[in-house]
Amino acid sequence: MSSNDQLKNFSEKLKENLGDLISKVEIHKGFILIETHIDKVRETAKKLKEIGFDHVKSVTVVDRMKDGVFEVGYHVSSYLNKDLAKYVVELVTTVPRDKPLVPSLTDIWLSAEFQEREAYEGFGIIFKDHPDLRPILLAPPVAELKPMRKDFVVKEEGIYRELPKKENVSSKVSEKKG
Amino acid sequence: MIIDMQSSEVPRLNMSSWEIGESRYLPGMEIKKLGKEKFVVYIGPQHPGSGHMRIIIKVDGDVIVEADPDLGYVHRTMEKLSEGRAYIKIIPLVERMAILDACNATLPYVEAVEKLLGLEAPERAKYLRVALCEINRIASHLYGFGIFGVFLGHSTMYMWGFGDREILVELAEKLTGARLTHTYPIFGGVRRDAPQNFTDNLRKAIRYLRKRLEDYRRMFLDNPVIRKRLEGVGIVSKRAATDLGLVGPNLRASGVEYDVRAVEPYEAYDEFDFEIPVFEEGDSLARAWVRVEEIKQSLRILEQVADKLDKTKGQQIMHDRFWAKVPPLYKKVFEAEGRVKLMPLFAILRVPKGRAFARTEAGRGEITYYIESDGKDKPYRVRIVSPSYRNAIMFKYAIPGHRVADLPAIYGSFDYFPPEADR
Repeated sequence: MSSNDQLKNFSEKLKENLGDLISKVEIHKGFILIETHIDKVRETAKKLKEIGFDHVKSVTVVDRMKDGVFEVGYHVSSYLNKDLAKYVVELVTTVPRDKPLVPSLTDIWLSAEFQEREAYEGFGIIFKDHPDLRPILLAPPVAELKPMRKDFVVKEEGIYRELPKKENVSSKVSEKKG
Repeated sequence: MIIDMQSSEVPRLNMSSWEIGESRYLPGMEIKKLGKEKFVVYIGPQHPGSGHMRIIIKVDGDVIVEADPDLGYVHRTMEKLSEGRAYIKIIPLVERMAILDACNATLPYVEAVEKLLGLEAPERAKYLRVALCEINRIASHLYGFGIFGVFLGHSTMYMWGFGDREILVELAEKLTGARLTHTYPIFGGVRRDAPQNFTDNLRKAIRYLRKRLEDYRRMFLDNPVIRKRLEGVGIVSKRAATDLGLVGPNLRASGVEYDVRAVEPYEAYDEFDFEIPVFEEGDSLARAWVRVEEIKQSLRILEQVADKLDKTKGQQIMHDRFWAKVPPLYKKVFEAEGRVKLMPLFAILRVPKGRAFARTEAGRGEITYYIESDGKDKPYRVRIVSPSYRNAIMFKYAIPGHRVADLPAIYGSFDYFPPEADR
């Protein structure tokens, strides 16, 4: 498995380059995850940009309700550096659910601007120093509900409805006959 | 926490302070006076182009000084809905974001789940997926051309684009049974095999389209009126395209050579011979030309796919792991009709714990999925980023500085598709 070795080599290199900034490097299916403390996010992002990761593909927020945290991740990659373009790196930091304040990375990666707005409306995460933090897809009253959080449950009508027991006459009739 | 809408700089529509005397109404457009020769113009959301979205522009005279894309009019909360749905039921859900590009929109989802399951589709299924992807890509570009034509008042291009798209839609129908929402790739393979004379029809379509592309050039792209309106309009530099994180033809028109099919070949793309057209100009005309060149390359891929499909006739289209558990009746259906009846085991499919990220090149650009499974029958989190959503940022940064009359030309050249952006 040469591609696996490549990934391992690359993650080792990342570890060397980023040093103390990151606390964890994991290889997942299709991307490399690097975790950093919230105070070091901006520094790490700047370093990643220096290395050549020039754009954000996805700002991915995952609500870990059991642990009481949000996981704010930036899937980044490169357009101009063809070697780096093969890899997708997710820069992840965790933030408590009751005080979701994260520094914005829009001034480092402009491509994150709209997606940070989306994370703001869906999860209620506040990106500090974001130039234009307001809902993007949802109407303001809906955005106030923070609908992407796990404790917001969507009620679906469902396809099948169980019949009330009273209407189940046929079985009674057959019982009597029997 | 209360979201403060008042803090935004762009004035919101406030009906109570709306003075009829000061505003003029045009279809799909509302204008509000800010000062002498300064206006806010609301374009949309009643279909300003290819769907429901609104651009709020501030103009000084007729020069746009600020543009604010207002998205979300066709937002269907696909990410949230996915969290409450069985894995197989998410495929028909997510393909609704771009029905004319359905295979490209669902393929990365299927791939991400396949990564978690640890399996790959068999060879013939890969070719069939590539075939539908390329058919979808051409159909999507032709649709884009049609809309672009109507933006510029070139109704011939509109009719031609939509007329020729019909050929591809019919091909897709022959292959999958559905004109638009095909739900074709499923975990471990595809839903149906190609019918008997599919490759013959495919070759016929390729020959026809090659001829037509020459007509497009003469009638549309080299038309002096069209060139005058597109050349040097809406220029996005290479640096800007990278910083904004644009995708697809819009990125390649600005001189960045990036195509997921080449960078991280998925399915069978590494077996095919094709080029990535790149233009340096970065203007609206270049964005149109990239699409034409891409159609040519797609036709080239389709030609090779047709040969491969002929070679692999009768081979399996479903992964062994699922195929082994299929009841004999299903196998009979496959032998007689060449279609895989959707197996009941998909309905109770549990995906192993893990996280997966998959990207593919859709018609309008790169589409990415992040899927996290906690070992249950429903995903814990699905994150979808569609190409048009990533391109939406262009409205904010590429439009200011141009005149209002240039707006349709720029908007049309982005090939922006609101249902896909809003998800």
